[in-house]
Amino acid sequence: METGFAVMAALFLASAVRISVPLLVGTLGETVTERAGHLNLGVEGMMMLGASAGFLVAVRTDSVLLALLAAILGSGAGALLYAVLTVTFRANQVVTGLALTIFGTGVANTLGKTVVGENPPPAVQAFFALKPLHADLSGIRDVPVLGPVAGFVDAAFLQHNVYVYGAVALALLLAWFLRRTRAGLHLRAIGENPAAADASGIRVIAGKYAAILAGGMMCGLAGLYMPLVHIQTWTDNITGGRGWIVVALVIFVRWDPLKATLGALLFGALAIVGFLLQAYPQLSGSILFSQYVIDMYPYLMTLLALVLANAGRKKGWQGPGALSVPYFREER
Amino acid sequence: MIRIVRKEDTVGLRAWAVRAGAILAALAASVLLVLLMGYDPIRTFGAMLQGAFGTEYGRINTIIMAVALAMTALAVSVAFSMKFWNIGAEGQILMGAFAATAAARVLPEGTPPVLLVLACLLAGLAGGAAWALVPGLFRIYLGTNETLFTLMMNYIAIKFVVLLRCLAWKDPAANGFPVIAEIPAGAFLPPVLGVHAGWILAVLLAVATYYFLRSTKLGYEIRVVGESERTARYAGMDVRRVVVTGVLVSGAMAGLTGAVKLMGVAHTLSETVAGGDGFTAIIIAWLANLSAPGIVVASVLFAALKQGTLAMEIVGSPPSLSDVIKGLILMAALSTEFFLRYRIAVERRDAHATAVHPPAGPGQAEGGPSAEAGAPAEEGG
Repeated sequence: METGFAVMAALFLASAVRISVPLLVGTLGETVTERAGHLNLGVEGMMMLGASAGFLVAVRTDSVLLALLAAILGSGAGALLYAVLTVTFRANQVVTGLALTIFGTGVANTLGKTVVGENPPPAVQAFFALKPLHADLSGIRDVPVLGPVAGFVDAAFLQHNVYVYGAVALALLLAWFLRRTRAGLHLRAIGENPAAADASGIRVIAGKYAAILAGGMMCGLAGLYMPLVHIQTWTDNITGGRGWIVVALVIFVRWDPLKATLGALLFGALAIVGFLLQAYPQLSGSILFSQYVIDMYPYLMTLLALVLANAGRKKGWQGPGALSVPYFREER
Repeated sequence: MIRIVRKEDTVGLRAWAVRAGAILAALAASVLLVLLMGYDPIRTFGAMLQGAFGTEYGRINTIIMAVALAMTALAVSVAFSMKFWNIGAEGQILMGAFAATAAARVLPEGTPPVLLVLACLLAGLAGGAAWALVPGLFRIYLGTNETLFTLMMNYIAIKFVVLLRCLAWKDPAANGFPVIAEIPAGAFLPPVLGVHAGWILAVLLAVATYYFLRSTKLGYEIRVVGESERTARYAGMDVRRVVVTGVLVSGAMAGLTGAVKLMGVAHTLSETVAGGDGFTAIIIAWLANLSAPGIVVASVLFAALKQGTLAMEIVGSPPSLSDVIKGLILMAALSTEFFLRYRIAVERRDAHATAVHPPAGPGQAEGGPSAEAGAPAEEGG
């Protein structure tokens, strides 16, 4: 009974990790964008652009590297459109983001028509079948405590492909970048108070462009995970609204790359926990534990986080100070 | 050196001409795109026009879609006029449809159709208004960002309707299919001139919104709050009351749209009743510069695009193309707003520019944040 539960829990966590990858990578991308003061609601569109461009190239070339590059370029092109419109042409961020989502989804579904039902080619499949951290535990299996714990950790967290660990590495890298580097400080300054940043000599426009492009490219990589690794074929609207969960997650983890890893894992777990609970009739009898209700929790939790951020006596940090506030040097 | 200079806004007919030009440019870009993707543009766009307007079936469907888009965009335009970024129309439509369904289920079987239809429409109003009130209250009492709040409310509404469809209201007579039973036929909107009666509501709503925002006290207050909350407060307006009323009106109109979509088209509640109209409507409202007549025109255009691309599938072009064209039109329109408000000044470095005391005129002073900050004041003043 005990081991049965542990095995099930480990398998559950492993599934949650796999589901959370596009959420995490997308959240990292949108975090960078929002830290520069730009609310880009085009996440879903950029994910679709990256997914279609990357998958198309993967099918044609059987090269992981070229596929990643294509995803970056595809979503980067979408992000560039957004940047030109909102930074240079000073268009409304919300409307531009929605337009990008419609446009990107349309382009991706049109492009994807040529590869519907195709699977990733052999070299790509082989590459993502690798489990670089999977440990050989036969030596310590019978050691008390250590054996089962190591087995659990291995089953839950160490049997994943490169994409998963790449995502976590990206989160660590971004956390370091935002907190410890000069460029990261400049980025945060641009998002908090662009006028002050401008006055202190930071190149605001260049910084915004860089952040929006980098953020969009990460969204593209998030999208590519879906056809290349997760579903392993192409269908219309393959990202399935994950871009909107990303927008919620960024708020929920309060624009923090480190918290994003845990937040993505939590949202990933919530997406499937209902099926696990079906094994426990005493729980699944209650409607609160039905998957249909659980599906609302991420959004409710995000609302709660949004409200709590500025409720109470002591006002906490409510996200980048100049989020979605346009900055024109001539009009300050 | 190139820099951006504020100029006097281009307004009136000239502004609309520029906007129309942008749409034409976007359509031209779409033709190029269609060519690049290897389709015949004449056949493709011919099929599109034919599909949207060439047959009676096409015309009726175009109008049905335009009705929903226009009503939603009008709803959104009320909130946008006071700079309340209500991007929750999608959820408000669904909750309006939900409330209308609930009313139809609650009322006894023998209710006369007139009462039933009225009750369902009123329920729709209430459902949408209630759903919009939540972010409205949080915004005025806690200062919570309404853009993100209304966005999240959309997904809660979608998941809520899925829950109803798959669990709470699942039709036992549907052989296990997760669908909700159709509302009684007495609650269907009757057709008038071939299209369900919702189009009359849409026309009335367009006129009413135009009049409401221009000529009523509340409409005026809404626009003042949109210009500047501070101004509104100094003028003695109760900003909280204005915002709450405006949000209620906006949500109620979106909820009414949901009821109309349910009673006129879908007849059964599902999460696809809104079908993305809540988002497209935001784009339409923005494209039309929040003007009611503009919204009607843009809604017909977008509806024709959607209906037309369904027909394009027949000649082999993918139906997602309408989204591509929609996106292009909007992006062209978004950049237009820039050219209506600013001009790009190209300056030559010459003797004057490098002088110690540069002349005061804009377009001659070189670089420097202070010089640039000074320019628009003179230009705009």
